[in-house]
Amino acid sequence: MSAVADTHAQDDHHHGPAKGFSRWLLTTNHKDIGTMYLIFSFTMFLLGGTMAMVIRAELFQPGLQIVEPEFFNQMTTMHGLIMVFGAVMPAFVGLANWMIPLMVGAPDMALPRMNNWSFWLLPCAFLILVSTLFMQGGAPNFGWTFYAPLSTTYGPPSTTFFIFAIHIMGVSSIMGAINVIATILNMRAPGMTLMKMPLFVWTWLITAFLLIAVMPVLAGVVTMMLMDINFGTSFFDASGGGDPVLFQHVFWFFGHPEVYIMILPAFGAVSHIIPAFSRKPLFGYASMVYAVGAIALLSFVVWAHHMFTVGIPIAGQLFFMYATMLIAVPTGVKVFNWVATMFRGSLTFEAPMLFAVAFVILFTIGGFSGLMLAIAPADFQYHDTYFVVAHFHYVLVPGAIFGIFASAYFWLPKWTGHMYDETLGKTHFWLSFIGMNLAFFPMHFLGLAGMPRRIPDYALQFADFNMVSSIGAFMFGASQILFLVIVVKCIKGGEKASAQPWDGAEGLEWTVPSPAPYHTFATPPEVK
Amino acid sequence: MAENQTYYVPEQSKWPIVATVGLGVTLYGAAAIMVNGQQGESTTGSWVMFLIGSLIMAYMLFGWFGTVIKESRSGLYSPQMDRSFRWGMSWFIFSEVMFFAAFFGALFYTRMFAVPWLGGEGDRGSSNILWEGFQATWPLINNPDPDAYPAPEGIIGPWGLPLINTILLVTSSFTVTVAHHALKEDNRKKVKLWLSATIALALIFVCVQGYEYAHAYQDLNLTLQSGIYGSTFFMLTGFHGAHVILGTLMLTIMLIRIHKGHFTGDYHFGFEASAWYWHFVDVVWLGLFVFVYVL
Repeated sequence: MSAVADTHAQDDHHHGPAKGFSRWLLTTNHKDIGTMYLIFSFTMFLLGGTMAMVIRAELFQPGLQIVEPEFFNQMTTMHGLIMVFGAVMPAFVGLANWMIPLMVGAPDMALPRMNNWSFWLLPCAFLILVSTLFMQGGAPNFGWTFYAPLSTTYGPPSTTFFIFAIHIMGVSSIMGAINVIATILNMRAPGMTLMKMPLFVWTWLITAFLLIAVMPVLAGVVTMMLMDINFGTSFFDASGGGDPVLFQHVFWFFGHPEVYIMILPAFGAVSHIIPAFSRKPLFGYASMVYAVGAIALLSFVVWAHHMFTVGIPIAGQLFFMYATMLIAVPTGVKVFNWVATMFRGSLTFEAPMLFAVAFVILFTIGGFSGLMLAIAPADFQYHDTYFVVAHFHYVLVPGAIFGIFASAYFWLPKWTGHMYDETLGKTHFWLSFIGMNLAFFPMHFLGLAGMPRRIPDYALQFADFNMVSSIGAFMFGASQILFLVIVVKCIKGGEKASAQPWDGAEGLEWTVPSPAPYHTFATPPEVK
Repeated sequence: MAENQTYYVPEQSKWPIVATVGLGVTLYGAAAIMVNGQQGESTTGSWVMFLIGSLIMAYMLFGWFGTVIKESRSGLYSPQMDRSFRWGMSWFIFSEVMFFAAFFGALFYTRMFAVPWLGGEGDRGSSNILWEGFQATWPLINNPDPDAYPAPEGIIGPWGLPLINTILLVTSSFTVTVAHHALKEDNRKKVKLWLSATIALALIFVCVQGYEYAHAYQDLNLTLQSGIYGSTFFMLTGFHGAHVILGTLMLTIMLIRIHKGHFTGDYHFGFEASAWYWHFVDVVWLGLFVFVYVL
């Protein structure tokens, strides 16, 4: 894909950004909003990470030393909720906001005012969610998956506030996704057909579709919860003819596409970064697009692989097992294509590439444990053990999070106009890589040996691996402070970045100066 | 394919932050009402919060949509902008369809699996241990535990008022379409007539539903607390009713705008968006009529 550059893309009518704090409250600019999403997401990442440190501190040794079990349960719940809804999702939306208009040659997102509303709803929602920690009865303590009846009959009073916080997050996500789809379908530069779109744009188009389809289902399930708690309905109460398993079905109908929402944008970003640092075009563009579509479609029909042990009929178990294993095929296509892109490329390993390559290898490991979990009879053994925790942390941490780090390093020069400190970046990578593997690899063994999830204390035979895991977690956690230092340093100064600091990179975003001007592509470029 | 009009990007706007504060205050207030109510504490402050939040939301809706209308009428919107609004409304309606899908899905699972299994079908006779004598039927007018969930004494048959409601809504979809064609022909008098007819039909629907709800609560003992039949019945019809009210509001605002001289024969997306929403509301009702009332 080549593009004719329009480097004088600023419109004279527009001024620069407004001055003062109100700039951020009133902005409609996709770059401002992208920046706010990224800062918010990193703040939530540190908050959720602190909760993880509390968890790992308690699990460092057997026995109950640091926190009460009830508070431990609040930590595991809030850690999950904050990481999923506050760190990973907003980070990808921030990347989308910054990069999609630049990549398609649009002046801004399709609906810029609604864009800002989508952002500001998040601090609002998380203020409510985090405030539950200080309410009577404590914060939600039933796991981030908030199954009924633990969350309905036995939940703390703050559960109702949690439900409304989820509603607000849902409104934010749905409006953001609508904005992304409208932008991608309506505002591409002339000549950019769908099959000429960059992969990050493709993966976000599909992610946005998933969001619009399933966030309302999440809204539905938390509304049913709200009714059961406050209005005496019996959706999840068998004594009224309802069923707790109904909760699980509706929740996971949302929950499974949700995890693809959390990874597809990373797939897209990595599909930009690996070709750039291999100085070779992405291998198999068309198959990469079809693979993402296939993954998204399949993601709707696999939800009950989270429910193999609740007593669904054997026919259901078989169907969901086969469908789940099928998803490995298009995912494998993508992994092979990333490797093929690197094959005989002119490789260099700056920080974005380090994170991207680690992504490919470690996400694949996460995928393998996922395949193991997909085998229903085997899952009877693995379910609700640390094996599951290992699986999803492998796909989420070196998957989604490393994808976000890779994107940040890749695009920081475009956002700030400065190169980040490469030595520090590489250091951040290696510390994160080692810390993450120490933290989560032993969890595979813990799970296979029988350690259950969501427990503040454990049998003595699990002690050694738990200690290793906690040390790795502390190391990983501390390394993220280094990332904060790197980003702040890069914003404040550093080697000047050109419009295209990465010689192998391609795309319209590299035709605008670094830092990208406040308004870009007021007139769309012509794409050949 | 060059557009001869640049894409309008508004410079700054207070509406997003106003909307955030409004929604946050409203929903926090709503939560506080419920939680304080459950704990037997005073809900006055919570109601005040909820009302203030709702007022902020109303202010925001008038303000934000008002700004968009002003911008549209001063010709700031290119055909590309019009397409953005069309995509936006279409995908929003799709998200609403998925919201209803969650409740229809719950109904499907309950009727096909949960209740039959409770009744002992497929060797899952849990109810016979916990609740002897439970019979799985639909509508479920005898709950497993009638002390916890007193069963309804009757249900609302489909061929009385619900059939009237179906006729009302389907007719209203027809009348709004006639109104739309009239608008395209710039026949303002005809638009006002047929749009008013649509709104009238909608209001009659709301009244009939209100009467049905009162009848259910007072005479049939069919309430939200009547077990899973009551739960699914009121959630599905209730959310539908809420969307009818929203749709009626939208159509009324379009009528007001018509009276004010807004819209031309070929530029009236606000009207089209409201009409699309109205058709969506009608289709959901048809689904309800079939799966909640008839079958």
